[in-house]
Amino acid sequence: MEDLLNAYDMSLIRTAAVMVIMALSLNLITGFCGQISLGHAAFMGVGAYTSVVLSINGVDFILGTLAGMALAGILGILVGLTSLRVRHDFLAITTMGIVFLFSGIVEQSSFLGDTDGLSGYPHPAYGDFAYMVMTILLAIAVMLLSIYIRRSWMGATFKSIGDDEDTARILGIDVSLYKLAAFVMGTSLAGLAGSLYAHQTTIIQAENFGFIESITVLSMVVFGGVGSIAGVTVAAIVLTLLPLWSQFIGDYKLLFYGGLLFLMMRFAPYGLAGIVVRLQRLVFRRTGDTG
Amino acid sequence: MTTVLEVRDLRVVFGGVTAVDGVSFSVDDGQLLGLIGPNGAGKTTVMRSITGIVRPTSGNILLDGQRVTGLPIHRRMRRGLALSQQLVRPFREMSVIENVAFAAGYRKTGNPLKSLVTFDWTQERARATELLAMVEISSYADADTGSVPLGVLKRLEVARALALDPKVLLLDEPLAGLNSNEAVTLGDTIKRLNGDGLTVVLIEHNLGEVMRICPRLVVLDNGRKIGDGPAQEVMADPDVRAAYLGTGAGGSHAAA
Ligand SMILES: Nc1ncnc2c1ncn2[C@@H]1O[C@H](COP(=O)(O)OP(=O)(O)O)[C@@H](O)[C@H]1O
Ligand SMILES: [Mg+2]
Repeated sequence: MEDLLNAYDMSLIRTAAVMVIMALSLNLITGFCGQISLGHAAFMGVGAYTSVVLSINGVDFILGTLAGMALAGILGILVGLTSLRVRHDFLAITTMGIVFLFSGIVEQSSFLGDTDGLSGYPHPAYGDFAYMVMTILLAIAVMLLSIYIRRSWMGATFKSIGDDEDTARILGIDVSLYKLAAFVMGTSLAGLAGSLYAHQTTIIQAENFGFIESITVLSMVVFGGVGSIAGVTVAAIVLTLLPLWSQFIGDYKLLFYGGLLFLMMRFAPYGLAGIVVRLQRLVFRRTGDTG
Repeated sequence: MTTVLEVRDLRVVFGGVTAVDGVSFSVDDGQLLGLIGPNGAGKTTVMRSITGIVRPTSGNILLDGQRVTGLPIHRRMRRGLALSQQLVRPFREMSVIENVAFAAGYRKTGNPLKSLVTFDWTQERARATELLAMVEISSYADADTGSVPLGVLKRLEVARALALDPKVLLLDEPLAGLNSNEAVTLGDTIKRLNGDGLTVVLIEHNLGEVMRICPRLVVLDNGRKIGDGPAQEVMADPDVRAAYLGTGAGGSHAAA
């Protein structure tokens, strides 16, 4: 197995697995709970920088990753708290502000490598193949966690809030607390993705976690079908690999993902998952007619 | 008789418009109170102030003798209020029965951590089935809320409010959109629930039903209370007749 994949293949697979975690983590906030976020990559950056700075200081990879998740989650709660005060359109602007705040702080901090970024930090000694298997397993774990949450009463409550938060309140739902729960889970998982990303590459810079990356993740969620776990997973894989295969898409990322976002919202608001459901209905209606 | 709900000198100003202008009344345990008045009188605003959807400009709301004016909506509901809204707001991504079952799960949704480790819907579905039967929309249980008539959605609102097992049920025009048979049946159901001990505040335009089931009325006009007392006496009051019915009229449906 190990011989069948060259280093490049393995890096593609690792990247795709990390992006699956990223997209599913945003799906918790945006898909399950209806809260838009245009700054999700910043939390990935917090996880990445925390874990890298700690590993430079001799802290173990796993501990560093947990610390990155914790810090991303704490910042997630802070952003979540501001989100409680604002409605949808303003939440978009607030969360967008987070990425600029993040890059602003990183690029002014010498211990974070300012504009040069951080490089030459120690990697966990697992080897490429084991590391790849680990990221895949973690991506699967995040999928299972998503399914678990969706099926729980928390999932139903998220759904009610995404649907109509005023009515959820009238049914006795503490909407603020549930939104915070979604933010803390989603942003700490973004922190996980950040640490995994940092330790499979050789350099991290603020621009790896900027606005374009945030839009990329959002377009994965929208393309997959907001809320659909399978759809978002497939979309994350496809949209991660496409720009690597196509130089053109790679060069015009923002245009590509922004355009995709627009087209999906305009023409297929339920994303891939919605298209699959529609096709199924078509097929079933056909077979129903003839049989 | 103990007072369960008290509205004390409530004033609500929207921009420049005074929607509610110093209204006070109290509701005793087990009462069925009809809150009536012409369109724009401020009835809905009073109800929304009770639940906390609207922040009053001044005045207070007391539940069981305790001030709840500063409390967020969900905490008031969890103290025993439930509201069936004038403009229906079903969750569009849930079926009819899921809407009611979700509300019936209020014990499971009180705490996010608890909700994360709870999966069972058996009791809630059973309760929802009961409530849908009670308001006679069982045949729509699995329907999409986007595809059912308004009369069904109005009764869904009522069933969903009842699913919270409230002490005080607030109903904002629950009979609107129902045909006359459906309205009488739902009126009977409300009366029976009240007979079983549920306190009800009913806003309703269908005066025939109001007079049939409400022993006591509070009448609002232009944001002010112009009548309060036993239904027959209140309706005989010349001020009420003039403001609300137009002089001397006595039809079963109020002119708006
Ligand atoms: N959210 C609001 N913003 C501004 N004005 C409002 C609002 N809600 C109600 N009003 C106004 O307050 C008055 C009372 O309305 P409402 O309470 O809905 O009356 P009713 O339920 O008795 O028909 C009306 O003049 C209405 O236009
Ligand atoms: Mg009204």
